[in-house]
Amino acid sequence: MGNLFKIAIRNLRRYSRRTMLTLSLITIGVTFVLVFAGVSGSFKDMMIGQITDSMLGHIQIHRKGYLASIDSLPLTMNMKPQVVKKLEGIFKQIPDIEAYSPRIKFGAMFSSFTQTTNIRLNGVYPEMEMKTLPLLASRISKGAKGIKKGEIIIPELFARGMKINVGDTVVVIATNKDGSVNGKQLRVSGIIESATGPGGRDGYVHIEDAMEILRMEEMEISEIAIRLKNFQKFHDVHNHLSNILSNEKNKQGKPMFEAHTWERLSPFYNIARMIDMMSIFIKVMLIAIVLISVMNVMIMAVYERIREIGTIAAIGTLPGKILSMFVVEGFLLGITGAIAGNILGTAIIYVLKLFRITFDFGRQKGLMLSPSVGMTDILLISLIVSIVAVLGSLQPAFKASRMEPIKALRHV
Amino acid sequence: MALIKAKNLVKDYRVGEVLIRAINGVSFEIEEASFVSFVGPSGSGKTTLLNLIGCLDSPTEGNLFVAGEDVKKLDRRQGALFRSKNIGFIFQDFNLIPVLTVYENIEYPLIMVLNIPAKERKERIMKLLDAVGMLGQENKYPDQLSGGQKQRVAIARALVTNPKLVLADEPTANLDHKTAYTVIELMKKMQDEFKTTFIFSTHDQKIVGEAEIIYTLEDGQIVDMKEGKGRGN
Repeated sequence: MGNLFKIAIRNLRRYSRRTMLTLSLITIGVTFVLVFAGVSGSFKDMMIGQITDSMLGHIQIHRKGYLASIDSLPLTMNMKPQVVKKLEGIFKQIPDIEAYSPRIKFGAMFSSFTQTTNIRLNGVYPEMEMKTLPLLASRISKGAKGIKKGEIIIPELFARGMKINVGDTVVVIATNKDGSVNGKQLRVSGIIESATGPGGRDGYVHIEDAMEILRMEEMEISEIAIRLKNFQKFHDVHNHLSNILSNEKNKQGKPMFEAHTWERLSPFYNIARMIDMMSIFIKVMLIAIVLISVMNVMIMAVYERIREIGTIAAIGTLPGKILSMFVVEGFLLGITGAIAGNILGTAIIYVLKLFRITFDFGRQKGLMLSPSVGMTDILLISLIVSIVAVLGSLQPAFKASRMEPIKALRHV
Repeated sequence: MALIKAKNLVKDYRVGEVLIRAINGVSFEIEEASFVSFVGPSGSGKTTLLNLIGCLDSPTEGNLFVAGEDVKKLDRRQGALFRSKNIGFIFQDFNLIPVLTVYENIEYPLIMVLNIPAKERKERIMKLLDAVGMLGQENKYPDQLSGGQKQRVAIARALVTNPKLVLADEPTANLDHKTAYTVIELMKKMQDEFKTTFIFSTHDQKIVGEAEIIYTLEDGQIVDMKEGKGRGN
């Protein structure tokens, strides 16, 4: 095997200009794919992180049918305390769940005494919410990072539009599920930056204030946001949770709950999928580049070495070994290009990181791009390139191995 | 004992719609450890006959036995294996592998074809390098050698597998007369030393006489067989 590699390396060096051109093509392709994967992956991960860690959580549990009518925030579809208790019991049995936060979601009138508008509010236990959404506090641009009873955190757009500051008193008026209206004065404790996506322009109140405004005798929860210890496991945990919850039936024998991952809850999932699709498309382009360039160079190599092929075949070299000689050449082209591309791509990603490039996403300003590339990506790209290079050299190599020595020796 | 037995050998080629009979009913026997030459003008069938004997091609009709093997029955793979163990080749254009050194060119059949252990490889190669007068040149590449030196390396490569038979198709065609004569002398020396059968084709009348037996070919037929001065020398 070592001799096959030795001969292949020497043959590649023999046509050094052509080899360098092909290697450059593969290297540029690999570099481009790696940088794109690093930057787009970083963007995607950052956006998913923003969405899940400051708004949605990784998984949400609702009463069956709630999500379909979530725009109207129906209070009639909230979950009773005994049901919530049951769910909490289930959560405790799943070690992958790090934190959860029950929420009462409702729509209300919001008045600064001089102006009035509509607002969507989340009644939460501040500690549980902060544990479930660790980036929520970073979105609070002014005021306290937490919330106490009698306080409200309002979205930045409201504060700016209605000229409300931290410490001001506002009134929140809401209709409860029976149709009666109730109001409560609250002090603005903080102003939260708006975020792109569902819940990105919601305000926050303490859950007990929400109960009081909605005149709830017992705590009826609209949704429970769940944070997992390992984000990568959200599909597994979601499936596990869905299986457990599917056993919980109502009086009509239908499932009581629905569990959704962030993918189902956020429209950004489609953008994330598009990024993945683009990434696949670019990898396909890389495959095409490697396939065509390696095939081209190997076809040339076989054509130029027909007499040599004839000689080694006449000497008694078996067809399989002749095939291997050319396949090894193609493989070496691929793997060398992949290694060079990985080094160059990683260096570019490192430089991009040093430049600390920032960008805006919706109303979120100054998000810092932190491109990175994992060993899995590097190995995967190297593997793809190597396999494609071998595939690209197979046809010319097969042709070489099938050559009649007598015809090959006659070739001029 | 005959190393090669050919009886009523025929080889036809089709060029477009024209059928060309390159070998036409040739019969002969060649003994082991002999030094044989096929002579004749261009197109007389010398190369075709050597290709048949070398199992690079298959006869259209007739029988051909080389080292007891019926050449017609060998498939592609069997042919390659048979050649690797029994036949060495020397080509008109030397056909050394340009990316390999002198040593590596000679080593090639041992390492890529026969899988001979390293120690034995080295012993065989050094002995042959000495025999062909190329000791000290083993690290040179073919493009650093003269034509005569290249053919010496080719002779060493042909002999390194200890074949029963070495076929040389116009081995001196690309050499000047002096070098050509030296190469033929070297082949003869190797035949004496290794007891290998050498068959070479040529149309150079000056060197053909060095063979022990000379077959003259014309239009695909053997028209003459005579003893050369190699016989009894």
